[in-house]
Amino acid sequence: MKVAIASGKGGTGKTTLSSNLASYLSESEDVVLVDLDVEEPNSSLFISVEEISKKEIFKMVPSVDLDKCTFCGMCNDNCRFNAIISLDDDVLVFPDLCHSCYACADLCKSNAISMIPVRNGVLTHMRDDALSFIESRLDVGQEQSIPLIKQTLDYVDEKFSDDTIILLDSPPGTSCPVIEVTKDADYVILVTEPTPFGLHDLKIAVETMRILNKDFGVVANRYGLGNDDLIEYCRTENIPLLAKIANDKRVAELYSKGSLLYNHIPDVKQQLDLVISCIKKKKGQCS
Amino acid sequence: MKEIVVISGKGGTGKTSITASLATLAREQVVVADCDVDAADLHLLLKPDFASSNDYYSGHSAKIDKNTCIECGACIKACHFEAINSDFVIDEISCEGCGYCEKICPANAISLVDSHVGNWYRSSTKCDNTLVHARLGIGADNSGKLVAMVKKEARQIAEKNNLDMIIIDGSPGIGCPVVSSLSGADLVVLVTEPTISGFHDLKRVYELVDSFNIKAACIINKADINVDICDQIELFLKDKGIEHLVNLPYDERFTNAMLEAKTIIEYDNGQLKALVEESWSKIKTLIK
Amino acid sequence: MKIAFTSKGKDWNSEVEPRFGRADYILVYDTETESRECIDNTSIRDVEHGAGPKTAKLILDLKPNVLVTGIGPGGNASRVLDKANVEILTGYGDKPILDTCMNLIKELSDK
Repeated sequence: MKVAIASGKGGTGKTTLSSNLASYLSESEDVVLVDLDVEEPNSSLFISVEEISKKEIFKMVPSVDLDKCTFCGMCNDNCRFNAIISLDDDVLVFPDLCHSCYACADLCKSNAISMIPVRNGVLTHMRDDALSFIESRLDVGQEQSIPLIKQTLDYVDEKFSDDTIILLDSPPGTSCPVIEVTKDADYVILVTEPTPFGLHDLKIAVETMRILNKDFGVVANRYGLGNDDLIEYCRTENIPLLAKIANDKRVAELYSKGSLLYNHIPDVKQQLDLVISCIKKKKGQCS
Repeated sequence: MKEIVVISGKGGTGKTSITASLATLAREQVVVADCDVDAADLHLLLKPDFASSNDYYSGHSAKIDKNTCIECGACIKACHFEAINSDFVIDEISCEGCGYCEKICPANAISLVDSHVGNWYRSSTKCDNTLVHARLGIGADNSGKLVAMVKKEARQIAEKNNLDMIIIDGSPGIGCPVVSSLSGADLVVLVTEPTISGFHDLKRVYELVDSFNIKAACIINKADINVDICDQIELFLKDKGIEHLVNLPYDERFTNAMLEAKTIIEYDNGQLKALVEESWSKIKTLIK
Repeated sequence: MKIAFTSKGKDWNSEVEPRFGRADYILVYDTETESRECIDNTSIRDVEHGAGPKTAKLILDLKPNVLVTGIGPGGNASRVLDKANVEILTGYGDKPILDTCMNLIKELSDK
């Protein structure tokens, strides 16, 4: 069962929740944590388990055989992303702009273009007993998260059964990469904080979940800070509020050191129990 | 014209609250641009009037005309994004707008239409300055183009009104929108927090700033939650030649101010306000 | 000699556009024929990614000897511009094009 952990706003506690959940769950069963915030994967700061393997991730980009090329410029005209520029005596490919649509290669009249793999990130598979941790990291300078996210999800499908609880730590926001992570999840947990920024961005995330037709619930982090508008919003919108993690400077301090919370703060453990019981109920409904 | 861009790498460090505070201090001397288009929040503090609203189009989406479609399936075969289903309906969210299907459709049944992916606005704020801001729709490609547009508009307004400074609330992360936020900046203000994640992301985003060769300054927010890491960050700043502006303490008054839709400048009358004023003072000196 | 400028506007009273890839107009002055040309690049506003290389290709086709801009082309655009034999002058962002052009011509002919 895939549970995505997302948020509208950055910094609300997605990684805090997913890493604590994963670690806590692994005390009693197999669990997989996948860090898909590929531009800034942070879970490894909190979860340190042994590396099993590293895999380079590639995306397909065009490669031009200049001997066959007639410099007709058709590939340039066919490309909507300006990833291939045809000049008088050369064809330049910009891998970071390429969306791997294959139009240039497939439609080249001289058969001069083939698609080749180019590295755009790295997937690290780590494991400690019941906890499997997959982290995907985009190479700095690479612009596209989606091929990396897609391939990581394929890897996870290949290696793990859907009977296991698979936690997907999403990037923040509601743009393409988040959609890619959440669209095939069985359940989505939206993490927010009870402040005006948190609520404003949560509403956008909720809209997104509704468009994607996802089953979702909310976890309020730093509860006690701010006001009750968030609680009221969830109530009127009929959105399940799964847990409230209390606002506590100790939490900030533990987090700052890269420490997990639940083994130091009983309230956090209790709130995680609530989230886990919801996930298990959903899992029962799915199978 | 000087451009000050406030970024953070990591979300939740206080970037937007601080940008709003600087805008409140600068008042009519600056034009403000909210380039955090995926999760635009600056307007919650600056109370803009949304005086003018404009549609923003970016990218394309393919559409199949059912009347002309002969259901040969060539498009389904060509599409590398699995955006066309067996009913010959294109899923707008999966469609990347590459146009491959349009090119090979034997019946000419496919056309590419501009995607309306958001809106951008020009507003007057409660602190007497102009705010250019935008909202990107759901599932849109945050390419940096909207950011570029917001900045360009802000520049034009500044020029027209003879103002020589723009303050930009930048995008989080290290991708295109950040690159677009940074392009043309005279000073980057990095807002960070003394946590392992915050420091990690600060280093990653500084790599980007450094490659652009832009002068950088830093505010360490919630500085007292981890003295160790705060010290490490200060050493890092010194080592890289990043101007250390100020350390702001972890204080719930920042949130209380936000709840009243105020910046700390309007809410506080003590140390917090003084610290932000001090950073603004230093920023003005740095960009002379 | 042909000198190209990234420009904010269509006419020669405009200022140099600091950004390379997203310049709305390219103004070109030919010292031999003393002619001026304005190329409209406003379609670049519709381009999400790859504005740099696209504008660079446009410059390539114009075959200038000198390109005057503000920030300077980024990595991708530079790959295209390297194909041409063009001297790139940066740091002229927001400067008035006409004056800059006249001064440059003087400087370059003094050399």
